[in-house]
Amino acid sequence: MHPWGKWGKPFVEYGVKAAREALADAGVEWREVQFVAGANTIRNGYPGHVSGATFAQALGWNGCQISSNYAACASGSMAIASARNRIMAGLCDVALVVGADTTPKGFLAPTGGDRPDDPDWLRFRLQGVTNPAYFAFYARRRMELYGMTDADLAQVKVKNAKAGAQNPYARYRKEFTLEDVQQSPMVADPLRLLHICATSDGGAALVLCSREYAEKKGLANTVRIRAVSTATPTYPSTHLEMPDLATDSAAVVPPPERPFRSAVVYAAYEEAGIGPEDVDVAEVYDLSSAMELDWIEQAGLCGEGEAEHLLRNGDTAIGGRIPVNPSGGLGAFGEAVPAQAIAQVCELTWQLRGQAGPRQVEGAKVGVTANQGLFGHGSSVIVSV
Amino acid sequence: MSKTKVAAKDGWFTLDEAAPALIGSRCNGCGTYAFPAEQVYCKNPACDSESFEQVELSRSGRIWSYTNACYQPPAPYIPTTDPFEPFALAAVELEAEKLIVIGQMTPDVSVEDLKIGMPVELVLDVGWEDDEHQYMVWRWKRAG
Ligand SMILES: [Zn+2]
Repeated sequence: MHPWGKWGKPFVEYGVKAAREALADAGVEWREVQFVAGANTIRNGYPGHVSGATFAQALGWNGCQISSNYAACASGSMAIASARNRIMAGLCDVALVVGADTTPKGFLAPTGGDRPDDPDWLRFRLQGVTNPAYFAFYARRRMELYGMTDADLAQVKVKNAKAGAQNPYARYRKEFTLEDVQQSPMVADPLRLLHICATSDGGAALVLCSREYAEKKGLANTVRIRAVSTATPTYPSTHLEMPDLATDSAAVVPPPERPFRSAVVYAAYEEAGIGPEDVDVAEVYDLSSAMELDWIEQAGLCGEGEAEHLLRNGDTAIGGRIPVNPSGGLGAFGEAVPAQAIAQVCELTWQLRGQAGPRQVEGAKVGVTANQGLFGHGSSVIVSV
Repeated sequence: MSKTKVAAKDGWFTLDEAAPALIGSRCNGCGTYAFPAEQVYCKNPACDSESFEQVELSRSGRIWSYTNACYQPPAPYIPTTDPFEPFALAAVELEAEKLIVIGQMTPDVSVEDLKIGMPVELVLDVGWEDDEHQYMVWRWKRAG
């Protein structure tokens, strides 16, 4: 990985640094890599839209095959799936997955120009609905339905900041007290500044290979990708999702038994042939502190409405029963859109190898990630020793 | 000379100021509702209809969730006041259509006034204006 921050350099630099680090870690020469899957960024001009080629060229053209993947915040998982599928199809032995971004300051906003048919443009123009407004709608529901409090929201941040302070790749390495968080300014009621993730620069990369290749090369300390889910919703999608101003209608067709986010992770469980009870560690997409609690339930790590109980018990902290976001999560990293789903898998890899240092989840053998991109992109990866 | 009132997004709502309504669609094949109105293909995967009736959606509903904007949203949002005043936002569930629609609350209420389940109704307000036009948008207003 390249450390997250606000470095203001071209995104390619972060991606190449992460790629070189991943290759060195794996003990694989760049010239051996047969496939590069890039996760695109739409904020950095043409090179960001052809990220596979951009990174391959920056590493030095080696004649490999490529793909460039865009699925908003889930682009990283799509890139992982692209490389993994090619390996599983027997078309390649070793692949590189790279995502990196350079982000502007402030709220993530649509790219410039008038686009009155683009839902992402319309939600800002017509009603001023920012990303934090959606997170706040979900948070208010949790307060109403499950009794989440301002102190719970703060506790998620305190827990993740403590983990992030131990992570050399995290942008924010500072611990917070409950008071610090509860005194931070309100942004979108009930969410405060320190409940909402920032936007960051950063990069992440993975080397994937077939089992035969790993054995032949004698690669040590490998972990297995057991499943990658890039599931989409099933109609009608009755959960309010960015960037839409309205949900589907459930008046005629009943909603699916499993709501979208839960379906994304359960598709991964099904592919891996395991269940949530087998999971030792999870990296979930905490765009806000409340969404960490949502995802804990959606990933089946506890029942609906029970995540606050886990949090208050310390179960989701490092050393607890089911640690969540031992990397520090987006709260400590901030969003670097194409890199974050890959970074989640980096963290699980270190955890499963026992290399996470002070963040180590003892004895972790199975990890799950959960993440989601705008416009119906699910993302969940299961990794095991 | 008074300015001409036009919809900020053509075809999304009526300009009847006394009783405005969002314009959705009902599929002639499966009967499902959609907002904004479907134009070409039904989103129900079990339905291959390409024919829709435009319908005015329920003018009232209940708050499913709510929040506010304490800071000015970035462009393309056009703020209604200078300096910026925080506004409340509601996601409102329409019972008959079983769907949720987001809108700003009218400026007379703030986030502290809102509760999940509170009844609201649709009204029109000026979103922004230029020399000749007032661009109208929908707002939710506390009912009763
Ligand atoms: Zn239909």
